[in-house]
Amino acid sequence: MAEQTLQPSRFAHLRYVMAANPVTLLAFSLFALLILVAVLGPSLVPFDPLASSPAGALQPPSLTHWFGTDQVGRDVFSRVVVATRLDLLISVSAVAISFLVGTALGAAAGFWGGWFDSVLGRLLDTIMAFPLFVLAMGIVAASGNTIENVVIATALINLPFYARVARAEVAVRRQAGWVLAARLAGNSSPRILFQRVVPNILPPMMVQISLNMGWAVLNAAGLSFIGLGIRPPTPEWGIMVAEGASYVVSGEWWLALFPGLALMLAVFTFNLMGDGLRDLVDPQRRT
Amino acid sequence: MERLSAILARLGQAAPTVFGIVVVTFLMTRALPGDPAAFFAGPAATEASIAEIRAQLGLDQPLWIQFSRYVQSLVSGDLGKSIATGQPVVTDLATRLPASIELTLVALLLSVSIAVPLGVLAAVHQDRWIDQLCRMLVTAGVSLPTFFTGLLLVYVFYFLLGWAPMPLGRLDLLSSPPPHVTGFMLLDAPIAGEWATASSALRQLILPAATLALFTLAPLARMTRAAMIQALASEYIRTARACGLSKRRILFTYAFRNAQLPVVTTLGMVFSFTLGANVLVEKVFSWPGIGSYAVEALVSSDYAAVQGFVLAMAILFVVLNLVIDMVYTLIDPRVRIDG
Repeated sequence: MAEQTLQPSRFAHLRYVMAANPVTLLAFSLFALLILVAVLGPSLVPFDPLASSPAGALQPPSLTHWFGTDQVGRDVFSRVVVATRLDLLISVSAVAISFLVGTALGAAAGFWGGWFDSVLGRLLDTIMAFPLFVLAMGIVAASGNTIENVVIATALINLPFYARVARAEVAVRRQAGWVLAARLAGNSSPRILFQRVVPNILPPMMVQISLNMGWAVLNAAGLSFIGLGIRPPTPEWGIMVAEGASYVVSGEWWLALFPGLALMLAVFTFNLMGDGLRDLVDPQRRT
Repeated sequence: MERLSAILARLGQAAPTVFGIVVVTFLMTRALPGDPAAFFAGPAATEASIAEIRAQLGLDQPLWIQFSRYVQSLVSGDLGKSIATGQPVVTDLATRLPASIELTLVALLLSVSIAVPLGVLAAVHQDRWIDQLCRMLVTAGVSLPTFFTGLLLVYVFYFLLGWAPMPLGRLDLLSSPPPHVTGFMLLDAPIAGEWATASSALRQLILPAATLALFTLAPLARMTRAAMIQALASEYIRTARACGLSKRRILFTYAFRNAQLPVVTTLGMVFSFTLGANVLVEKVFSWPGIGSYAVEALVSSDYAAVQGFVLAMAILFVVLNLVIDMVYTLIDPRVRIDG
């Protein structure tokens, strides 16, 4: 029960860490900004992200078009802002799937062990035996070039990280005193696992999520950069960078720069937040 | 002799991994959207011709027979034919592989030669400016999408400064490729004595290699720093200091040798990232390696080529991990690979 009584002091600890580490505070503020943009962005942008005007194509950034216009005259600023929702949605749903499935599988393997544990271990090893981005490419190519399959592929390549953390964290707790007490009180094994043990492993899992989020965003954007998943003209950061790539050599830098910067900012935010959360939950693992 | 048997045991351990990889790639060939036979027969096919192609591909057989056929064709080096190039996929991959390997190795060399000294310096001068610089570089490095860094470098060094050549492949338009010996331009050109070609190849290689190196720098520097800090805080270092050994000796002979192990382990993970990032970098720089081959194949739904690429990459990754484990035993005689 010791871990459950920690909650109030953890909040105080959060405040302490925030005050002591302005970088973490910055990360959380940036995260709030991203969410805000994702939710409100489409109703705030000055131009329709899909409206083209051939006359105003390839204009450099100006007061009307903050980030310039692209090859068919669409406003880059509006497109970058509107893309936030789709990019976050893809990576959040991918991470959510790997978190839910990975935690359930890993927790069950750590709790019961036995053949399930060994089979799961082998399967995860097989996934990890591939260069992960390449595996995602293969999965999307084989199962069809759709956004859903990009999400599934991204979820699948991230699954091992969650399953392994969950397995290890459950395994150290399965013989803990409070687990034995719960069993003695007549609780069934699934009930102990999912109502007692899993809530206790959530802090390290949360850290894993925010450390993994940035990498998931990068992966999804990388897949759409090479032409998988999202089709033009849908605004999405990876595909916008890909479309702008051919204009970089002729000097029209703004097409690729701004979506790239947005992508970088998102990944940067998640990575900083992951580091901050890890310091919060597990100060010993600081590197 | 003991080391040899340890290496053989490690080779044996790779067998189930390779089997797993083959199963996954086999499942990928069966997971084609819709009916694979209908797909290969094309849109104008009749029922009869689809059935014929199904029999020809062996799709009417039980799954385990299909699998054993798949393994047989793999063993005989048959990965199918690429629709786009009309060549066997194996030939395509073999001609393009050296370009990818050259790029990856040069990038890793570059990255290790910057990341390791940086990590060591950051650990020795903990919390000083070099440490802050290292931390900044590390955080920025993992946040940068590789394809974006690549484009940024192209813009600055090609368009603005004019220092780098146009990002179009391994050689500029005026040079012709040197006679094929190793497939690595940086080796083949000097062997043939064509120094102009060698310098052209080097100039083409710098930007893509730097892009990949920036990406891999972060995990390596971070791990080196952490491992060095841990090593420097340990008791044998305290003892060495108490014995009055020179700083140099403590740092390099004692601390660094011990810090090497986690760094080499990280290298395995870094390879996984690098092989993936390779695909993106090759697309940005029109590098004629297997990554850009796979991207072209993806666009034209050339499934045999994509699957051949995935398989080749996975096997390459297994081999690299084997090499890393062997390096491990060379660095640290205490490590038993079979343990």
